[in-house]
Amino acid sequence: MKKVNTGLLIFIVILFGLALWVVWPNHEIRGHTGFALGLDLQGGTRLVYSANLSMKDPSQTDAQALEGVKQTIERRVNAYGVTESTVRIMQNEQGSFIEVQLPGVKNIDEARKLIGQVAELDFREQVVGEGGNTTWVIAKAVGSDGQEKELTGTYFKPNATVVWNPTTNEPEVAFEWNAEGAVLFKQITTRNLNKPLGIFLDNELISAPTVQAVIEAKGVITGLSLEKARTLAIQLNSGALNVPLTEIGRNDVGATLGADSLNKSLLAGIIGLALIILFMIIYYRVSGLVACLALIVYAVLTLAVFRLIPVVLTLAGIAGFIVSIGMGVDGNVLVCERLKEELRGGSTLQRAVEQSFRQSWSAIWDSNVTVFIACAVLLWLGTRTVFANPTVTGFATTLFIGVALSMFTQVVVTRAFLRTVVASGLAKSPRAYGVLKA
Amino acid sequence: MIDFVGKKHWFFLISAILIISGIISLAVFGLKWGVDFSSGTAITLRFEKEVELGQLRQELADLGYSGANPQPNKNVVGEFFIRLPAISSDEYNQLKAGLEAGLDTKITDSSLYTVSATVAMATVRNTVIAVAIASIGILLYISWAFRKMPKPIRWGTCAILALLHDLIIVIAVFSILGWAVGMEVDSLFVAGVLAIVGVSVNNIVVVFDRIRENLKRGVSSDFAVVANCGIMESVGRSLNTGLATLFVIVALYLLGGVTIRTLILALLVGITTGIYSSLCIAGQLLVVWDKGEWGKLFPRLPSVKRAS
Repeated sequence: MKKVNTGLLIFIVILFGLALWVVWPNHEIRGHTGFALGLDLQGGTRLVYSANLSMKDPSQTDAQALEGVKQTIERRVNAYGVTESTVRIMQNEQGSFIEVQLPGVKNIDEARKLIGQVAELDFREQVVGEGGNTTWVIAKAVGSDGQEKELTGTYFKPNATVVWNPTTNEPEVAFEWNAEGAVLFKQITTRNLNKPLGIFLDNELISAPTVQAVIEAKGVITGLSLEKARTLAIQLNSGALNVPLTEIGRNDVGATLGADSLNKSLLAGIIGLALIILFMIIYYRVSGLVACLALIVYAVLTLAVFRLIPVVLTLAGIAGFIVSIGMGVDGNVLVCERLKEELRGGSTLQRAVEQSFRQSWSAIWDSNVTVFIACAVLLWLGTRTVFANPTVTGFATTLFIGVALSMFTQVVVTRAFLRTVVASGLAKSPRAYGVLKA
Repeated sequence: MIDFVGKKHWFFLISAILIISGIISLAVFGLKWGVDFSSGTAITLRFEKEVELGQLRQELADLGYSGANPQPNKNVVGEFFIRLPAISSDEYNQLKAGLEAGLDTKITDSSLYTVSATVAMATVRNTVIAVAIASIGILLYISWAFRKMPKPIRWGTCAILALLHDLIIVIAVFSILGWAVGMEVDSLFVAGVLAIVGVSVNNIVVVFDRIRENLKRGVSSDFAVVANCGIMESVGRSLNTGLATLFVIVALYLLGGVTIRTLILALLVGITTGIYSSLCIAGQLLVVWDKGEWGKLFPRLPSVKRAS
């Protein structure tokens, strides 16, 4: 029963070639030219906010309010110029959270102010109370549909910009009203002529210019530092947040520290893999060599899958991958040990190869299923934790993919390679398979 | 042929000593919770030039952080890890500026990990739930996989007992290290513990698979002999796989970044005890159960002690 499987071998070679092409770092796949790296490896900042949903607009559902917050933050971050940022909603029994990942941000404090602020802008007029005290009251006017409306930043066109005042040489935010805003602003400036009009951001007065003419089209906001003006312009264009956010955690990773971790872990992985290969070849000879070739196919296939999905690689994810290499070795060790046993028992080489795979299968399958169960539970745990999420999820994802693919390579690739070696007649003696006494 | 099953009382005694001292350590020292679990701030600072530990500690104390215990990174000159109670971003900026002025050097790179609210503690509870769910899932799966064996639930239960043995030892080691060298338990440790659940049961299943095969083949009518054969036949595989995995793990521990040390260390301890429990505990528990020796197990322990 000579098993030659040329078709399968060609399939494996093509698959390996494709995988190698995918892993090769010179071209772009799914928006990345290399592996998608997590913040802990490329450096950057991760901010976690708790969303106060009790403050949401009652007409919205929780999900709508959170989705709105997410989109607003995405607009702000994009306008700020952070590429590859991600904003995620996390909901569990502890509450609702928004996680913002900002790779490579230099001025973290500025970014934090930009993202976390509700940024509700409104215009207020001064009302003199009974005791002669003046108080600020949100300016209202009748809109084009006959309804009375409050004048807020929602009536701005999304094209606010920072400009320099030519006379004071100070930064200002220039804005334009949309059609409805113009209707309201005209009435309000008319009745407040020569009186101050307060501009409030999140209930804090930022400036109170005196109205000098009836205006309808546009205006400027003064009294800001350059940094604040820039932030405000982005916030006005992106819209206010639906609900207030509280920053509950922050994780910065310095760029060089991240790169250090990446290089060290890769080096460790390569040295570990080299040791495994050395050990397997010395101990199991030909079958060890075959197993190592299969292991290399496995490693490249797994990395290709990481790039195709794409899996965001974190330190924990790399650790998961390396652990899966260990488990990949395990299946091969099981087969190699069986092969030795069969050969010692006096089987022919071909029969021994077929038997060793048949006999090892139940152990390979049952033991890997238990790892899948652990991974599934880890993925669940990832959704239950706010801060540990990228770590736990990253580890479970790479371990899961790694173990699944290692089962495939053990059963398909190692077997095809071993059959080929046996059929070729290159290594016939049982000693070549690590059997000391036949 | 080594009689693994016959020496079971010795193995149980060793494990009992380890587990009891582990539980005592946990009760006395507890675990040192990291930032993810207890709220707080962890900072890594890299200075432009070498900084003396004592001087850094003094500067930190002058800035109002007298409890801070900076730990130097042995691999990188001028890099320190500092653990503080949760501080605000303003305080963080002041701290960095204060250290730069006080130590007369620049901070070239820094990392910050801060969790100000205690969303943290629920993570611990969820981890315990996760381990419980994983154990039940594995128990059910093994009972199903060994459904053709007499009393399949025993196989699952013994695997879980051996697994809990490994987990308790790993957690105990971290409790002792937490007390001795300030080792913290963080979310990577959690990932490590769950990975051990998978890896350790993986080892046990391989041994059980061999016992199952020998049982089918009818190697002996005595289950102790059948089990011992299965264990003996697994020794080569268990040691070789274990060694191969440990190569990588040790390389990662020695060369890898400091940030994944807890994960790697948990795996290192877990895989080692996993090899031990799969060869010396799990199958032996099956034998004890098969022979109805649970009651005899404990009265025999004192006599073993006396014999020693």
